[in-house]
Amino acid sequence: MSLSPVEGVALAEIESSGDGDAPREKGFVGRSPGQLAWARLKRDRTALVSGAMLVFFVLVALAVPLIEAVYGVGPKEQFQHRLDGFGMPLGYAGGVTGEHWFGVEPGLGRDIFIRMVHGLRTSLFIAFAAAVLTAGIGVTLGTLAGYLGGWLDTVINWITDLTLAMPFLIIALALMPTVALRFYGQREAVPAYFQISVLIAIFALFGWTSTARLVRGQVIALREREFVEAARASGAGLGHMLFRQLLPNVWAPILVSFSLAVPQYITSEAALSFIGVGLTDETPSFGRMIYNSLDYLQTDPAYVFFPGITIFALVFAFNLFGDALRDALDPKSSR
Amino acid sequence: MARFLVRRLLSAALTLFAVSVLSFLMFFALPRDPVSGMCPKNCNPERLERVRQELGLRDPLVSQYAGYMKGIVTGRDLGSAQGGRCDAPCLGWSYVSNEAVSDTIARVLPVTLSIVIPAAILWLLLGVGLGMVSALRRGTWLDRAAIGFSLTGASLQLYFVGAVLLIVFVYNLRLLPVPNYTSFFDDPLRWASGLVLAWVALAFLFSAIYARLSRAQMLETLSEDFVRTARAKGLAKPKVYGRHALRAAITPVVTIAGLDVGGALGGTVITETTFGLNGMGRTAVDAVRSGDLPTIMATVLIAAVFVVLANVVVDLLYAAIDPRVRLG
Repeated sequence: MSLSPVEGVALAEIESSGDGDAPREKGFVGRSPGQLAWARLKRDRTALVSGAMLVFFVLVALAVPLIEAVYGVGPKEQFQHRLDGFGMPLGYAGGVTGEHWFGVEPGLGRDIFIRMVHGLRTSLFIAFAAAVLTAGIGVTLGTLAGYLGGWLDTVINWITDLTLAMPFLIIALALMPTVALRFYGQREAVPAYFQISVLIAIFALFGWTSTARLVRGQVIALREREFVEAARASGAGLGHMLFRQLLPNVWAPILVSFSLAVPQYITSEAALSFIGVGLTDETPSFGRMIYNSLDYLQTDPAYVFFPGITIFALVFAFNLFGDALRDALDPKSSR
Repeated sequence: MARFLVRRLLSAALTLFAVSVLSFLMFFALPRDPVSGMCPKNCNPERLERVRQELGLRDPLVSQYAGYMKGIVTGRDLGSAQGGRCDAPCLGWSYVSNEAVSDTIARVLPVTLSIVIPAAILWLLLGVGLGMVSALRRGTWLDRAAIGFSLTGASLQLYFVGAVLLIVFVYNLRLLPVPNYTSFFDDPLRWASGLVLAWVALAFLFSAIYARLSRAQMLETLSEDFVRTARAKGLAKPKVYGRHALRAAITPVVTIAGLDVGGALGGTVITETTFGLNGMGRTAVDAVRSGDLPTIMATVLIAAVFVVLANVVVDLLYAAIDPRVRLG
């Protein structure tokens, strides 16, 4: 088997990392591209900070039942005694107290902190599930289109163009209730897990095209390389060609696009809930909270800031980490 | 050139055809009963049945689709309950608002155009300008500030930025009126003051993305041989950067801009909801809520037309900007 191009790059990287003769004295240390990237990532302060933030968010999302037990308040409990006669929270900054860390909602008087913790879990779950699905579909179709070419390539390309021409928000907007109507009647309550699965399905349906495009381009560049030809000449089957020869060489851009897709789905989910499709008020979600808060911008401005800043921090951390990952995996990129 | 244009337009038409078929199927064939959602509150079975008849929902899907398309091209006669004759770009009749859908669109499209066009000019100038400057002044405080700005902007949400702008400029400082739409031709000043927050919010978020992209592109171009050659043969810096480097660096920016502007023209749903402006996006949302199928269908189609046209324009611009691009 000939040397794959990524390994070639890795060797060149070791040789050219010219700060002194240290590597030469030690002799060659065999390091895989993954190890190299990991070492670069560990040196990057932005990556460390944003990575730590992400770990924190994920831990909070995983520990929801625990947090709820310790905090002692459920997401649907109403605290009307914390509101004044107009339904506005008593006290400062939207009713922030030791009992209600982020205050209570005006109107219903539900605790904002615990609703945000629940919203974080939903949001991360949807985003990760959609990102995994889109990566799976996109990678499969992208490698197939790039490697086989021909009519399959044409068809996949055309579908990609078509998907880009569809107004995503409006289609999703129109599709959500239509699908719900198909399975549940006009008056039946639509369960939360159903809404969540439809959201994930819609994201997957619209999201795979960018990954497919990316992977296709990479595969086309690799297709004519010697190691691919060698494998083909020695009689490798299609599965072996795709998954053992081509995929290992394109995992880096796939990983980067995955890590940048997650924040996109977080924002999309929030946006859909914001315009009132997506999740209903029963399921706590950032977008829904911000939508509700718009009515209180004048009277209770603190309400919009808690979910608004949290979703910003979440997306910011993901974007920073994705960028750092890209730099670590592709040292040549100047961003 | 002419051959390219014809081919490009044909493929655009094909895409639009596919979008129309898909959305038609999605909205008219997928729901259990498309009518039950669009009937006003007090609906009896007879009225429901009449609406079904009038909409032609009993006909085969193909002839329903053909009728719809014929209406767009030549106009068609709808039942008397749907306002009778419906002229050329006929998009059907809305039972919810009791008017022809094309009238609704004619009312709300100017709002979206008034939001998007000034905002797009702002975000392109600001974004590309910032990206250029920070690429040319690489490593200075200006560059770092621009990077910080674009990283922050790329992670912010429009509804949050919009809410903060509203809290500060409308509710606390009282510098601006609550956002509203006045026709530009009636009173340009009120038109601008009612929409300026929407422009700023959109321009802030989008210019962040453009600054980032154009900075990266500019840096890449500046390291290319032809830039050095241009400098070496004695051209002045502004000429090299402005005429040679910018042209090469801006092509990917044009692609993204085409997609973004085209997409936004179809309705800036979030912006319109945040600022309470009644444009295409809000109309689409309201139509979905009330199950107003003809209006949903029309907004989707118009949005798709904008995206597809924007892509054609982008392809043509390519040739004009970058002489290396060959059409055909």
